[in-house]
Parts: sequence; C-alpha cells; structure tokens
Amino acid sequence: MHDTTPLIEVNGLQTQFFTDEGVVRSVEGVDFTIPAGKTLCVVGESGSGKSVTARSILRIENPGRIVGGEILYHKDGEVIDLARIGPKTRQIRQIRGRDIAMIFQEPMSALSPVHTIGDQIVEALTLHFPISKDEAKRRAIEVLGRVGIPKAADRFGAYTFELSGGMRQRVCIAMALSCEPRLLIADEPTTALDVTTQANILDLIADLQKETGMAVMFITHDLGVVAEIADEVAVMYLGQVMERGDVDSIFHDPKHPYTRALLDSIPRLGQRGAHRLASIRGMVPHPFDRPSGCPFHTRCDSYMPGRCNRIDPPAVSFGPGREAKCLLHTKEEGVA
Amino acid sequence: MTVKTGKTLMEVRNLKMHFPITKGFFKRTIGHVKAVDDVSFDIIEGETLGVVGESGCGKTTTGRCLMRILQPTSGEILYRREDGEVVDLTSLSSRDLKPYRRDIRMIFQDPQSSLNPRMPVVELVGEAMRLNGIAEGKELEDRVAELLKKVGLRPEYMRRFPHAFSGGERQRIGIARALSLNPRLVVADEAVSALDVSVQAQTLNLMQDLQDEFKLTYVFVAHDLSVVEHIADRIAVMYVGKLVEICSTEALFDRPMHPYTAALLSAVPKPDPRLRGKGSRTRLTGEVADPSNPPPGCPFHPRCSFATDLCKTDVPPLRRVEDGHMAACHYAGDLPIKGVAALAG
Repeated sequence: MHDTTPLIEVNGLQTQFFTDEGVVRSVEGVDFTIPAGKTLCVVGESGSGKSVTARSILRIENPGRIVGGEILYHKDGEVIDLARIGPKTRQIRQIRGRDIAMIFQEPMSALSPVHTIGDQIVEALTLHFPISKDEAKRRAIEVLGRVGIPKAADRFGAYTFELSGGMRQRVCIAMALSCEPRLLIADEPTTALDVTTQANILDLIADLQKETGMAVMFITHDLGVVAEIADEVAVMYLGQVMERGDVDSIFHDPKHPYTRALLDSIPRLGQRGAHRLASIRGMVPHPFDRPSGCPFHTRCDSYMPGRCNRIDPPAVSFGPGREAKCLLHTKEEGVA
Repeated sequence: MTVKTGKTLMEVRNLKMHFPITKGFFKRTIGHVKAVDDVSFDIIEGETLGVVGESGCGKTTTGRCLMRILQPTSGEILYRREDGEVVDLTSLSSRDLKPYRRDIRMIFQDPQSSLNPRMPVVELVGEAMRLNGIAEGKELEDRVAELLKKVGLRPEYMRRFPHAFSGGERQRIGIARALSLNPRLVVADEAVSALDVSVQAQTLNLMQDLQDEFKLTYVFVAHDLSVVEHIADRIAVMYVGKLVEICSTEALFDRPMHPYTAALLSAVPKPDPRLRGKGSRTRLTGEVADPSNPPPGCPFHPRCSFATDLCKTDVPPLRRVEDGHMAACHYAGDLPIKGVAALAG
C-alpha cells in the first residue's frame, strides 16, 4: 500500500488568520502524503483545521495566509511547491480546477443560482481546454451522464433550484471531474445529505476513482464514512495531525489517545445496550488559547502532568506513513 | 433495553398535516403537500420513541404537531394528563392549551438559531418560568442556576449571551430551557445532529441521565440511525408522510419488516474498515417521492425491489405483523430482508 508514488506531500504546513483580536493558528505544522490514485481521509472535530488545510492546497486559504511549510505537487516527474506560488498567479490557476478540483459541503452555495448547470460546467471546460463551445457542451452532457444524472441532455439547461440536494452534489462532482483532475478534494460532501443519498454519492466517487485513477482527499467528521472509503487516514486536532496511517491500523490499532477517544465516542449500529457512550470531556479549546505542549492534554485521559503540558510531542514513526504525536510512545518503541 | 410497559402518555390517531400550495394573486389553492398523511401511534410514559426517515418524510412536522406549533389538518392527539384524564390537544383553543404547553417542550436542531442572541442565558432559561408565574427575581435566578448545574454548565455564566458559548454548550442551554417547566414529554428535533461526535456523546449521555432523573418521555426525531439506536426504546420509520414501520429498537434492527427500513439500515456506514464490502447492500435508486404528488399505491413502490402490481395500486395499511411490531407493507414478514447483524456478518 505504501509503495505508491506520492502525488501531494505536505510538510510542516502552517496557515494563520490575522484577525483584529489576534492570530488564529488554524494549521500548525501539518504533515501528510496523498498517494496517487488512493483515498486519504482527514478526520477531526470542527475547528481542527481540516478545511483550512484543504483550502491551502488549492491556495484559496484567503483571508488566511500560509506562513510556513511546503506543499509539494508531483507533476510528471516535476515537483512544484504550491505554498511558494502566489494565490493569484497564472500558474496556480492552471492547476486549480484542472489538476486539483474541489467539491464542497453545501452544493447550493457552491453553485451559481442564476446560471444553468450546463453553462457552469462549460465555463470550467473552456477555461482549461482550447475547445469550442459545442465540444464543451458535448463533454458537459457526457460528464453529467457519468455522475448518474438521468436525461443529462435535458438537464443541461436546468437551474440549481430545480434539483434535489443529492442531484446538486452530483452536479458539483460532474463539474469537478469535467477536467479529469489528478486530485479531487472533497470537503464534507455528504454531510448535508440523507444516508441513502450519501451511500450513492460515496459509491459514485469510488467508481469514478477506479475509472480515472485520480487521488481523493476526503474531509469528514464521520468515522463510518472513513471506514467505508479510506486507504489512508489522518486524524487532526487543533491544527495538527495527531496520528496517521492506513485505515486498518487506525481503526484496530490506534496509537494516539485522541484517536481512541474518537472511536469510542461513536454510537455503533448493532451494539446497543444500556451502556453509556464514552465521551471526551470538555470541548475543543478556543483557537486563541491553544494549550501549551500537546494540544490535546487538557482533555486526555493519559495526561502526564509536567510532561504533556510542557513538551511538544514529536512525531514517532511506526512504519512507512504511520505516525503518532504522543509522549506515550518513545522513539525506540516506534522503530521496533 | 426492554420495551417499557408503562401507561400510554399520548395517542396520536389519524394525524394529517396538509400544507396548501397557493398560486397567483388571489392565492388560489392548487394542491396540497401531504407532509403528514394519516399517521397513528402511541407514546408510552417513560420511553424514548425515535422517529427516523429521510429529509422531507414528515418527521419534523409530526413532532411540531404534537406540540401544536402547527395546527394539524385533521386527526386526534389524545394526551393523558397526570390526573388520568384524557384530552384531545387538537381541539383546544390556544388559551385552553396553555397548561399543556408546560408539559410538552421541545429541543431544536440548531442551537445557533433557536436561542435569541440578544438575551442572556438567565432570560433564555428563565423566561418561561417567569411567564408561567412559577418564580421571579432572586428565586428565578436560583432556579436557573440549579438547571444550569443539572445540564453541566457553570451558573456563573448566566449573564452571558449565547455567542459566548460553543455549539455543545448552546445545546445544553436549549435543554435547560426545555426542562425549566418540569415537562413530561420532550420532543427533541435532531437535537444532536449539529454537534461533533465527542460532544454528541456527551449530550446523549446527559439526555439519558435527565430522563432517569425527571422521568421524562422523549420523542427523538433524527436521521442518524446509529444515534437513534443508542437512545430509543421504540422506533417509528416514516416515508413521504406515512408511517411505514414501528416497533421496538431490537426488532427493527434485527428483523426489519419493511423494505424501506432495510434499505435505510444498509445505507448506514459501518465504522470498521474490515466490514467493507461485506454483507449485502441494498442501494436505493431514484428520488424520494414528491409529497405533493405521491405515487399511487405504496409510496415506496418506485424504489422498492420487491414491488408487485398490487403495490402499484393498493396503499398498504399499517398492520400488526408480530406482537408490538407494525409495518405498512403488503408482504411484511414474507420478504427475504435482513437486519443489521446479518449485514455486518
């Protein structure tokens, strides 16, 4: 699973928001790799910086600013550091939407209400390819059909208000896929949908991935979704990746107390009984008062006073692509 | 968790809530959205009744009718008072309804929009007590402080405004407000959907503790089946304004009778990567039927893989298939559909 070539490598990424009240350090040293053709799931509670990380890759982090780290994009043997390119340059515009596309949580606000869905897809196509309007229209209808919109040719002229939530999300996916990107970033694309629609959309993304060989970065807070689709998982908390690894180890051999606590707090189907859910005490701290040391120490059950609140835990490696940032684990244990 | 065999707290009989669709200057009525269409069920004292279904199935409307936030088009809501007398809430004028408004309270989905941003917590939680003449002044504040402690908030914060609290804390304020008048029935409409998993677990545990302490009855409206399974004693499944299945939580997850329930169960992602691709999956194709123009016969037949000609013409009534297990399907009990255990296996 780990011998695949990386498509995106994020190293020590820091994205900050400079507000009147102070600096919000949303992303504070994030490292992970998205292998080509695989699915990376980024999980975490709200405020963990998962969306800002995704937006930083596309360089739409504004009004935030990338202040450190690198985002290496491997393009046909060439390596481009996306963190160094200006967010408004020609170079990033050729990558954004073409090589890396994104779908959002709320399809209604991601689509224009005053343009037909067909026109919105044609616009993306003509922007990135030197093709005629007619050719673009043909391709737009084809891609609408591929994402499972019935009577795609008729729906080409439909407006967003004429479609249901699931159909709108399919239109967003069609638009993202129209230029055959190498990486699809999906920011909670199924959170606003019903479970039945969610299941269909997840199947659709998996099928399209098989067909086109694109990589997917999937942001979600739903661990059930992660278990269904992920190859690799990164668990984020307060702007840091607490643990990452392949999906099986994350679910069956979690190394970080936060990952374990998250897994324990989900109600599971078929495990009913009068048991209480294990919950994580307290809540995610306000971004202005980040705890010192390990950001999770204020809510952690394995908190070691004098160590966790002083020392920034280094990443301990447990194998290729398998890391956890916790003082419970020592370097020696990791290598073994 | 066994089905509680208490007394019936509320009987809902043939409840209908049809919203008119109007058109033109004179607002001619050109049709009706049948949000809730002929729904009957009982709520037993002390239980948690889960109501599940896809968006647009009428679960929220049902909850709102119970509270008479909406005036139902027809039907009866028979409420058994503490002294044993039974009243029909649908026929009461708003003046006569006032005493019952204290007994039936609601928790809303969005803790952001259900709390007035210009009111401090002491007002939000205490307003209902003041209006009902229960307490005033210092006594009111003491009671609010007591309630805040019960839901795990610090009483010192009662002068703060909602914006100073996180989502989970705001939902606790909403719960404290719902409990301020010692209700008997609490309708929780997607009360934990907007919360993160860790906070969701805290809130569910809190609601269970409060239920034990105050002997509350919950109607828990939600779309997340794993949450409902955790908290509910019985579950009602709705589809396009109709009740399609109602039974104990165990029975619903082990032996679903309606194909829609089975499809809903199989769509829930299972939080274990080793179960991926295992078990049979029922994928629902097509869209939820339009409640203003539902298909003839069984509303689920266009998406049902077991549908026959009978399903296209005859509406299946909600009938008793087993003891305490009702389903609205012509073939309930005879279909080869599986519960959750079989899906996971």
